[in-house]
Amino acid sequence: MSTHEITITVNGKEHKRTVDSRLHLADFLRQELSLTGTHIGCEHGVCGACTVLVDGASARSCLMLAVQADGRRVETIESVAAPDGALHPIQAALSRHHGLQCGYCTPGVVMTLLELQRECGDTPMTEAEIRRALSGNLCRCTGYQGMVEAALDVLPRAAAGERTKA
Amino acid sequence: MSGKSLGTASLSPERSGELIGSSVPRVEDTRLLRGEARFIDDIVLPDMLHAVFARSRSAHARIKGVDTAAAKAVPGVHAVLLYADLRPLLTCDRIPLALAAAAVKFDAEPVCLVNDEACYVGEPIALVVADNRRIAEDAAALIEVDYDELPVVTDPHDGLLPGAPRARLDCPDNLTAEHVVKYGDVDRIFGTAAHTFSEQFRMEKGGGFSIEPRGIIARYDAVEDLLTVWNGTQTPHRAKTVMVQTLGLAEHQLRVIAPDVGGGFGPKAVFHPEEIAIPAAALLLRRPIKWFEDRLESFTATVQERRQIWNVEVAFDAAGKLGGIRGRIYHDHGANVPYGVALPYNGITNMIGPYVLPALHLTASLCLTNMVPVAPTRGAGRPQGTFVMERMLDRIARTLDLTRDEVRRRNLIPPEQMPYATPIKQRDGSVMTYDSGDYPQCQRRALAAADWNGFEERRVAALREGRLLGIGLANYVEGTGRGPFESTAIRIGASGQIFVTSGATAQGQGTKTMLAQLAASVFGVSPDRVHVTDGDTAATPLGLGAFASRQAVTAGNAAYLAAQSVAEKAKAVASVMLEVAPEDLELKDGEIRVAGVPKLKKSLAEVARALGGLPGFALPGNMDPGLAAAVDYQPMGMTYTNGTHIAEAEVNPISGAVKIHRYTVVHDCGRMINPMMVEGQVRGGVVHGIGMTLFELMRFDDSGQPLTGTLADYLLPTADVVPRIDIHHMESPSPLNPLGVKGAAESGTIGAPSVVISAIEDALRPLELRITELPILPARLRALIRTAQKAAKHA
Repeated sequence: MSTHEITITVNGKEHKRTVDSRLHLADFLRQELSLTGTHIGCEHGVCGACTVLVDGASARSCLMLAVQADGRRVETIESVAAPDGALHPIQAALSRHHGLQCGYCTPGVVMTLLELQRECGDTPMTEAEIRRALSGNLCRCTGYQGMVEAALDVLPRAAAGERTKA
Repeated sequence: MSGKSLGTASLSPERSGELIGSSVPRVEDTRLLRGEARFIDDIVLPDMLHAVFARSRSAHARIKGVDTAAAKAVPGVHAVLLYADLRPLLTCDRIPLALAAAAVKFDAEPVCLVNDEACYVGEPIALVVADNRRIAEDAAALIEVDYDELPVVTDPHDGLLPGAPRARLDCPDNLTAEHVVKYGDVDRIFGTAAHTFSEQFRMEKGGGFSIEPRGIIARYDAVEDLLTVWNGTQTPHRAKTVMVQTLGLAEHQLRVIAPDVGGGFGPKAVFHPEEIAIPAAALLLRRPIKWFEDRLESFTATVQERRQIWNVEVAFDAAGKLGGIRGRIYHDHGANVPYGVALPYNGITNMIGPYVLPALHLTASLCLTNMVPVAPTRGAGRPQGTFVMERMLDRIARTLDLTRDEVRRRNLIPPEQMPYATPIKQRDGSVMTYDSGDYPQCQRRALAAADWNGFEERRVAALREGRLLGIGLANYVEGTGRGPFESTAIRIGASGQIFVTSGATAQGQGTKTMLAQLAASVFGVSPDRVHVTDGDTAATPLGLGAFASRQAVTAGNAAYLAAQSVAEKAKAVASVMLEVAPEDLELKDGEIRVAGVPKLKKSLAEVARALGGLPGFALPGNMDPGLAAAVDYQPMGMTYTNGTHIAEAEVNPISGAVKIHRYTVVHDCGRMINPMMVEGQVRGGVVHGIGMTLFELMRFDDSGQPLTGTLADYLLPTADVVPRIDIHHMESPSPLNPLGVKGAAESGTIGAPSVVISAIEDALRPLELRITELPILPARLRALIRTAQKAAKHA
């Protein structure tokens, strides 16, 4: 089995490791760096539980090899709350609106919404746009409504009337 | 202490404060949101090895041989284990899961690894243990199994025909159990009825599919002589019992812990073969071993449900009132019986729902097949029964040219008949009795909330835009809070911290918050000051766990009664310590205060220290030691939650796609402890029901090969295809328990399939389409539409 030396910046910290070619990014984060907040739900790239940000863009860490992340910047759920533990507004809103139950899909959901928040800037988001953004994250517990409410609460609001259009 | 004697005690409002019934934030959330939770796969133990199962690729075969040589030769592989390797560690050949039930003709219990006969694709044959999972997977792929193929059974009707092949050679035939539910003079009613019709309903296989798959870690510690099993289970106490029995251990040698569990939905309540194989391997190899289910395994090796055929006939009078229902149900039970045979029974008894049904005669035949074993998924047979009743009511309405709400109104049980004893005798011999509720009012409120009467305008407006819109309606009940008991203890030590331990086990329901909220309400503190340990056999010796929407009813009442008991004791002790009468004391902010004299008080910590005792000194007031109480709460009977769902759906007749625009629920689960969490349960349940109606289908071919193996084939509902779900509450307190609560976790799933299909049929009203199957994926709906269009042309 061939191995590769890689350097990945994860949550602002640089890590040099020698890894198997076939090691995927989720296993790298979880097993090499003990960042177990990134969860594995299918390893088929469908469920979105393993969503992380690579150079700011959401990626399925189960479909990306660790070697593909060489030289890149990865953000995981462990970087989202403030260093003192205070929740990010997205996290706080998810709790307030009951946008999580078992919490297994939650880290992926947070990373998806974080990307959405950065991308949209000051542009108002409709409920339909938020639902489309979340459609890559499977949740079996909540029926998604709490997540959508959380996003509507935190992201710039669309004009009145837009909100109920799904 | 038993809760039974206190069954009808009412809650004193000054006790509960405003905490019960308030949507307090969940105590679980912060760790989950920060990624700090510990699910099975997050747990790493020193020296831990990793396991992968080699599974049957045949749905039915004799195993002539298994060649493990190549797998054993892979560097990093520690062991490749077969049944013969594990059998010496076991007390019995099979996993003893049979539940006593009169209907059972013979038991077909699972094995931890196949010995000689594989009965479904995915049944575990060999266990590879290696340094890491990647090596174990490589090695498992090198295992050669020599299959001698046998004929298969894939249909629960055909499997019971004379001459059908046997799904298991160790069983005399495929009919593992038969239920008959019968009351009233069915034949007379059918003989004299104004109207009858018959219908066949088919429901296909589907499942729980929690986002966290199953997983187990087992570690044997020789110094402590203790086997610790971290198990992603809904029922750790049941798992411990089975492990104790099968592995021949004594209770002190085994601890089962359910850590953070990422969703359950039924399948994790069931004991699976891996729960013996992994602990046995850890005992054999004397190394900690982890197994974490691969997503393909969750399609082939985790129990599923739902597949049934109902051939039923209904009799009704000219006014649309139900007379009787008779018929037969064919239930696919898969290749073995891991969790009893209650599913079709639940279906039948739930079919009558909120309606008066004078006579019933249904026979359910439970057929073994060569497919993944069957056990409850959210709803546990009830969505099927409700589907049958609600479809028939819609057809009765059409037959008599009544509206769908009117035909239901004429059949609903009137509120003055509550509590309503149905004619059904339950498994334990008691009469199935609805404890409280107002079903006509529930429907009335739903019709108003969903603007049922205004729908025709919306239909016409949509039609003008070329869109086909329909509206559907469904009512249901759900038996919740199943006994026989649940245990909760409350303990306060010298730190003053309030500890709750419970046999309840959480997979996302917010059980910790629920228990903390109840305890906090009694001690006058914030829920986050209460520490809850659930799902750990070392913390609570007895317990049953999560199934049948039971934990708020059983563990909740136990927690509430235990907290009251501790509070009474704290007051009694404080009254001795402060030398005041107990009635002058109040419990607030975790302190026992003399009313009106704020400085005269004792903290719970001081009382606990006093009850901790000092050598040679008497305890205050000669009380029993310790500020603690434990309650094994035994519910007096099931509590019946009910609801009405209304949905508006748009059907694209070209593609067969269905989009739900509006969804309204009026829900009555008695008194609510935390409305936010109740709504979360209902919404999640509804969406699961929408999934099993419009998206989720587990396909098998005629040889029993699963054709669905990823979440890209088996479609769980996504955020962009589910509607907003508006929930309105009624609170008819249950008279059966002190809190007046009922369960809420499955009810959404029970109503959703019926209401969605009702809306689809309504959207296609001119075609007079009748949908009698679940799920109804776009291609299938399109085919039904085409057939109906052709028939309409020829008519």
